[in-house]
Amino acid sequence: MSTAAAETHLVEPAESPLTPESWGKLGMWNFLAGDAMSFGGLLAAYGALRYGDPHWPLPSSILGITLTAGMTFLLVCSSVTMVECLAGFKQGNQQKLKRYLGLTILGGIIFLSCQAYEWTHLIEHGQSIQKNNFGATFFILTGFHGMHVFSGVVYLSVIMMRALSGAYTNPHNNEIEIAALYWHFVDLIWILVFTFVYLI
Amino acid sequence: MAHSPEELAHEERRYLQIFFILGILTVLEVGVIYMPIPHFTIVLSLILLAVVKATLVAAFYMHLSTEKTTLKWIAVTPMILCVFLLFMLTPDLGAVTRIITHALAGAEHTVEHAEH
Repeated sequence: MSTAAAETHLVEPAESPLTPESWGKLGMWNFLAGDAMSFGGLLAAYGALRYGDPHWPLPSSILGITLTAGMTFLLVCSSVTMVECLAGFKQGNQQKLKRYLGLTILGGIIFLSCQAYEWTHLIEHGQSIQKNNFGATFFILTGFHGMHVFSGVVYLSVIMMRALSGAYTNPHNNEIEIAALYWHFVDLIWILVFTFVYLI
Repeated sequence: MAHSPEELAHEERRYLQIFFILGILTVLEVGVIYMPIPHFTIVLSLILLAVVKATLVAAFYMHLSTEKTTLKWIAVTPMILCVFLLFMLTPDLGAVTRIITHALAGAEHTVEHAEH
């Protein structure tokens, strides 16, 4: 065996400078920063199109504010269950981890169902991407966010499968924390979308 | 990163406190749009409430408050850039309406010419 190969076990793998416990966490933060720019671009374009347009309808006259406020509350609840799941992992409590992870996934699925219901209702009343700028910006913004929620549900389902196979009995596993970052980001973006598209 | 049972229990209480605050802020947001105050004040209040909510989620649920400063900057930079982007778009505000108005005025002008 060469000297280099023999000595490999003596060299520690490099630590991520900002997040020493995990490279994946830094990677996720970087991804979220870029994703935030994507949403920022869409929201800025929405603002630029809407401002100074006298024909733009008042959102509360077309959109269901009550249902969407409920959806916002639901997503916030799912953020709480996600953070409780992480707490369960840190405590070494596998039952708590799986219970709250399941509740988070359920929250995401209910959110998507409400979104689908809302979209169906609006489309039946003639709203569409082609109808006007209101329809275009609404469906593109909520659709882009909805895709993120759907991806998050898939992502968390994979985490759940790994939890069921016992991957998170190892306290040095960072996957749940990283997945939680993504889920909280989805909630955060919805808070902004809800404010700008539905309320203002 | 908290590890002792007392620290974890304290963290979990904090998560619930933030949850209640977020709930109250959401109710406030929905309430504000029905208040008899100038539209500009409504918009400003909503933006403020949304930013506070987003900051709470980022700081406490995403644990950004306990992270290194440089990572906080990585997270905050998109927000700053998006505000910059909005200012960059200011010349285009109302552009669609202006173009339509110009086109209509141009068409009327042509019709007047043709009639004389």
